[in-house]
Amino acid sequence: MSFLRRRKGTDSSKSQNLRCNIVKEDEKNNLYESPRKESYNAKKWSCWDSCCWFIGFVCSVWWFLLFLYNTMPASIPQYVTEAITGPLTDPPGVKLRKEGLTVNHPVVFVPGIVTGGLELWEGHQCAEGLFRKRLWGGSFGELYKRPLCWAQHMSLDNETGLDPPGIRVRPVSGLVAADYFAAGYFVWAVLIANLAQIGYEEKTMYMAAYDWRLSFQNTEVRDQTLSRIKSNIELMVATNGGKKVVVIPHSMGVLYFLHFMKWVEAPPPMGGGGGSEWCAKHIKAVMNIGGPFLGVPKSVSGLFSVEARDIAIARTFAPGFLDKDVFGLQTFQHLMRMTRTWDSTMSMIPKGGETIWGGLDWSPEGLSFNCGAKTLRNNSINNTDQIPNINLANMKNVNYGRIISFGKDVAEAHSSKIERVDLLHGVYMIIVDQQDSMKADMLANLTNCDIWIEYHDIGDHRIKAVADYKVYTAGSILDLLHFVSPKLMARGGAHFSYGIADNLDDPKYQHYKYWSNPLEMKLPDAPDMEIYSMYGVGIPTERAYVYKVTTATDCSIPFQIDTSAEGGSEDSCLKGGVFSADGDETVPVLSAGLMAAKGWRGKTRFNPSGIPTYIREYSHAPPANLLEGRGTQSGAHVDIMGNFALIEDVIRVAAGATGKELGGDHVYSDIFKWAERINLQL
Amino acid sequence: MASNFLRLRKPYYVESTINCSSSSDQKLVNLSFGINETRDQTKKRQAKEHHGRRSCLDSCCWVTGYLCTTWWLLLFLYHCCLPFTVGHEMPELMPAARLKREGLKGIHPVVLVPGIVTGGLELWEGKPCADGLFRKRLWGGGGFTQLLKRPLCWLEHLSLHNETGLDPPGIRVRPVPGLFGADYSAPGYFVWDVLVKNLAKIGYEGKNLHMAAYDWRLSFQNTEVRDRALSKLKSKIELMYRANGNKKVVVVPHSMGVAYFLHFLKWVETPPPMGGGGGQGWCAEHIKAIVNIGPSFLGVPKAVSNILSAEGKDVAYFRAMAPGVLDSGTLGLRALEHVMRVSRTWDSVVSLMPKGGETIWGNMDWSPEDEHVCDFSKKRYFRLSPSDNNVNNSDAKQVFRVKDPVKYGRIISFGKAASVLHSSQLPTAVLKEILHMNASRNFNSSCGEAWTEYDEMNRESIRKIGAVDKAYTATTLFDLLRFVAPKMMNRAEAHFSHGIADNLEDPKYNHYKYWSNPLEMKLPDAPNMEIYCSYGVGIPTERSYVYKLSPSNKCKHIPYQIDTSVDGEDGSCLKSGVYFADGDESVPVLSAGFMCAKGWKGRTRFNPSGINTYVREYQSKPPTSGIKSTTHVDIMGNIALIEDILRVAAGATGEEIGGDKIYSDMLRMSERINLRL
Repeated sequence: MSFLRRRKGTDSSKSQNLRCNIVKEDEKNNLYESPRKESYNAKKWSCWDSCCWFIGFVCSVWWFLLFLYNTMPASIPQYVTEAITGPLTDPPGVKLRKEGLTVNHPVVFVPGIVTGGLELWEGHQCAEGLFRKRLWGGSFGELYKRPLCWAQHMSLDNETGLDPPGIRVRPVSGLVAADYFAAGYFVWAVLIANLAQIGYEEKTMYMAAYDWRLSFQNTEVRDQTLSRIKSNIELMVATNGGKKVVVIPHSMGVLYFLHFMKWVEAPPPMGGGGGSEWCAKHIKAVMNIGGPFLGVPKSVSGLFSVEARDIAIARTFAPGFLDKDVFGLQTFQHLMRMTRTWDSTMSMIPKGGETIWGGLDWSPEGLSFNCGAKTLRNNSINNTDQIPNINLANMKNVNYGRIISFGKDVAEAHSSKIERVDLLHGVYMIIVDQQDSMKADMLANLTNCDIWIEYHDIGDHRIKAVADYKVYTAGSILDLLHFVSPKLMARGGAHFSYGIADNLDDPKYQHYKYWSNPLEMKLPDAPDMEIYSMYGVGIPTERAYVYKVTTATDCSIPFQIDTSAEGGSEDSCLKGGVFSADGDETVPVLSAGLMAAKGWRGKTRFNPSGIPTYIREYSHAPPANLLEGRGTQSGAHVDIMGNFALIEDVIRVAAGATGKELGGDHVYSDIFKWAERINLQL
Repeated sequence: MASNFLRLRKPYYVESTINCSSSSDQKLVNLSFGINETRDQTKKRQAKEHHGRRSCLDSCCWVTGYLCTTWWLLLFLYHCCLPFTVGHEMPELMPAARLKREGLKGIHPVVLVPGIVTGGLELWEGKPCADGLFRKRLWGGGGFTQLLKRPLCWLEHLSLHNETGLDPPGIRVRPVPGLFGADYSAPGYFVWDVLVKNLAKIGYEGKNLHMAAYDWRLSFQNTEVRDRALSKLKSKIELMYRANGNKKVVVVPHSMGVAYFLHFLKWVETPPPMGGGGGQGWCAEHIKAIVNIGPSFLGVPKAVSNILSAEGKDVAYFRAMAPGVLDSGTLGLRALEHVMRVSRTWDSVVSLMPKGGETIWGNMDWSPEDEHVCDFSKKRYFRLSPSDNNVNNSDAKQVFRVKDPVKYGRIISFGKAASVLHSSQLPTAVLKEILHMNASRNFNSSCGEAWTEYDEMNRESIRKIGAVDKAYTATTLFDLLRFVAPKMMNRAEAHFSHGIADNLEDPKYNHYKYWSNPLEMKLPDAPNMEIYCSYGVGIPTERSYVYKLSPSNKCKHIPYQIDTSVDGEDGSCLKSGVYFADGDESVPVLSAGFMCAKGWKGRTRFNPSGINTYVREYQSKPPTSGIKSTTHVDIMGNIALIEDILRVAAGATGEEIGGDKIYSDMLRMSERINLRL
């Protein structure tokens, strides 16, 4: 009110002229300087007023647009999309409902690593007011507000791999746990919506949410998650007229569910005591989506140096952000400290050693994968057949077997030409120079570094020894990790194993640490069950790395991917220090498909009851334009959950179809060729 | 950012030059600007045309900006200061913090059973008008914004099928499962929040704390038929029992959840297909205690007014949740009619009708609360501790005897006279007559599409019911309701019963419709189980109503309404057509406490194994909000109650937390009730 009065006064007063003069002057001089000059004239439309005006203007426009947006009929965006991209195909749920498909088998979702939400139940002072708020998933608001507090609460105890004292972070339960990872970033939501179209609802869908930071057996020890899944599956089978469940694990959930299948049939106290027929009685099919059965090379670089092209598990989701100074200058170190307390990351270290992943001069994919394929496939999605023919000529052998090499030359040279200093020799040197390494410890103390990365416990000699060994295969990677982070691996070694069993009847394989390694477990006795491996192909996926030793600054990680290492030609598999192979951007085809293509095909020692397996590959086609969002034909590790073809397969199986009825195997990659080359005793 | 800002600033300067020509002495301005080029002149001329619009729009913008800035500033300050203010209140808000220091640790798993309207509902399949609401809340959380955006659509989706009491075709609305995260709770809505927070403090988390969500619109047995809710609860309790080292669970039902859990107790031990097949002894094996909060064991009179006319002083459950919304014109002018139409499809409302008839609720001339003192303005409880209750009550009695006792037994009376006159002075029942007449009712009413069942009734008979000075007790009430809402009562009476059993051994009592009525069921054989009745007292609670015919007799109008013009003198129990008695604002003491105080006390025919019962009353203290409040919903944040629950969950027995704690006339009232035990 007072404002209005003031305005009137100014308007009618003679100062009007004065102002006009000023404005005119301004116009002559410089338009941008005028606000300051005008503010000299205090009685006038001052700076403060113009600020208010500006804010008001922006707000009003914003509200007006918002209002328009809200009153707009919901169908308009669809019209626009259709006008640009042509008519949309029906979502698979709608299409299949028209075919008459209805609810049949209950469905269980098993989310993967990082996609499940975590909420706070008890925290330290700094997390005041966050009770039952999501720390992981949702908006990640707390990460921005109090990064150090956040990292502290997301970490687990360094020794036990369980809760640190005074902190309880627990998985969110229910479908909301992993339907969206962050606002608008779907994980399971599309699949859930499509299943709902044919009649699924809460009583026939179940999200087996678990704390993905823990080792699998620890989820049972701490939260009784495995018992809960067992009881829920039993309940769903009982209340749906004895219809068996269809299980749909994604990413690490695949390993978790392998573990579950062994656990549930093992006798208590280690297992769930369901008896040897539990799986046969309760499970119709396991539809693994993007399963890292044999591990992913990414996890190695993640553990080794918290990097890789896009990994650092946490970084994937706040890209660009974590690289900045949230944590001050030590982003990586804090992340590394946090992720290293998570046992689950160790479940994805490549399994099967050189037999599966290749030796120094040999790898299953080496001869036949064509790294230029990606660009080609984008242009001609439909004629994938042609690709191998075109590029066979300019292909050369890539040494994928060398998962970590120090220096590009080493990565490409023949093994006979590489001089390696044995790691054991390195260890010996350290024992000799123990005093030196103690000095190094003291030095670390002196330089004010927190000693939370084990790298600070090890001396320069050890770092040198690591680099001198030059090349690491999937087998020697384990030695490397044991060498650089003994504590971590000691903790992980109690929960996971990475070898190949010689004799599966050995009683030692009844221990839970073997349950999530498909090469050291037998599938349950359930000949009517079906196992699907569903994954995307056609995206270059990290497979091997070229490393370098960083010039040692005080508190940094001593190894880094050598991003300067390039392959030369356009089609080269080596880019930015990373060798890529075919896969879904995270999991190489080899890891996702080998078990279904060979290890479990027919009656093998890993699959004594002959459970039928099916490979369903989905060729990646990036979204045509922005309006399509993350695409309906994507093959990327997470985006594949919105792939219409995959959803259709899942719905058909849930409605009762068998693998044969779906069309059996559906393969684009060379997985069968590679499988032949792998010499695995079956 | 900065460049953006500047770009936006530019237009403003153009406009401010424009301002120059706005002065009255245009000539002078022109003179002073005389040397200007013609470009400027044209600009000015343009400016002149824009003159009027400019100042108005600008000041609007200015005001908005000013308000926004101030608002943000205050908000910012508020957020800065908040931690300090909250920090001081924290210890008081959290009894758990104190108990934790005492060394209390959660031992028994806890199951929470929500009451009516407190559970969230979400959409799984809907009509085209509900496009884009898949798995969005319709009820609870953000659901009420949908009420504002598309009210009719919203109501349509919340209705159930008129005949089956299940989903209407093409619509699936389902309860939100689990301990719905704090992310989803709307402020002031999530009634369990404080309790959950406190439980978490002493070590509870997802594995030993469970929220038994169910669709509260359905009849209890139908939650099993449609959603398998009872099976789910059974499996969950068994799992928690096993996974926590064979520790029995503590169940905390609230409001209607109490009746739901009674139903569960019977269901779980009954053999399939009707029951859960847990077998005899399931409850004894799995349940340590049931801490009933604000239990509506014997029903609430509110439910009657809700069915009859969708009103009541603060009733209509809707209105409690979205106050003001329904009273305003969101739904056109017929908010109440819409509410009635929807809520009559909910079977669960019928479960809340008064049970036990005249034996419990009183007849025309007698009621158990006869000695009740209504002067709530001097809440006598303040100065009383339970021990000297007796002495003071006798005083109260003397004061009271001067007046006539209130005839609470007449739950519905038409006209004030009918509510006070002695029964011999009232005309004899005419309902039978009307019923007879109604048998030949003609359906050619001019109302067109029938909205509520009132539209299908003969207007004549409606008027007859209302015109006579007639009162209805808890028994005859059902005749009235069967008459005005035949379909609903037909449907619902297949699921609920409201009588008193003569012989509990009668095999008919094995039917599920008797399971939620404590007067027609036997408690399970579980002598070590404990049952608590915890409720607030000292707040006037609706107990009976004075009705009148509504003035308009048009179609699609509810023909009856509470006669709000009827008031008693000062200190009377009658206010705006409603008689009040002691209670927690929704549930009268009688309904909440009677079973624990008498019906189940010791070894009775309703409680053959002699399960221990405890009455825990919590008296209201001013200010009646926040941590000491005892109203029906707010009591969930009452620190005394929370402390009791925590202690029980940590292993204490009823004796250890102090046994009975009674402030009201509960014991005297129950003495007066002549129920065969």
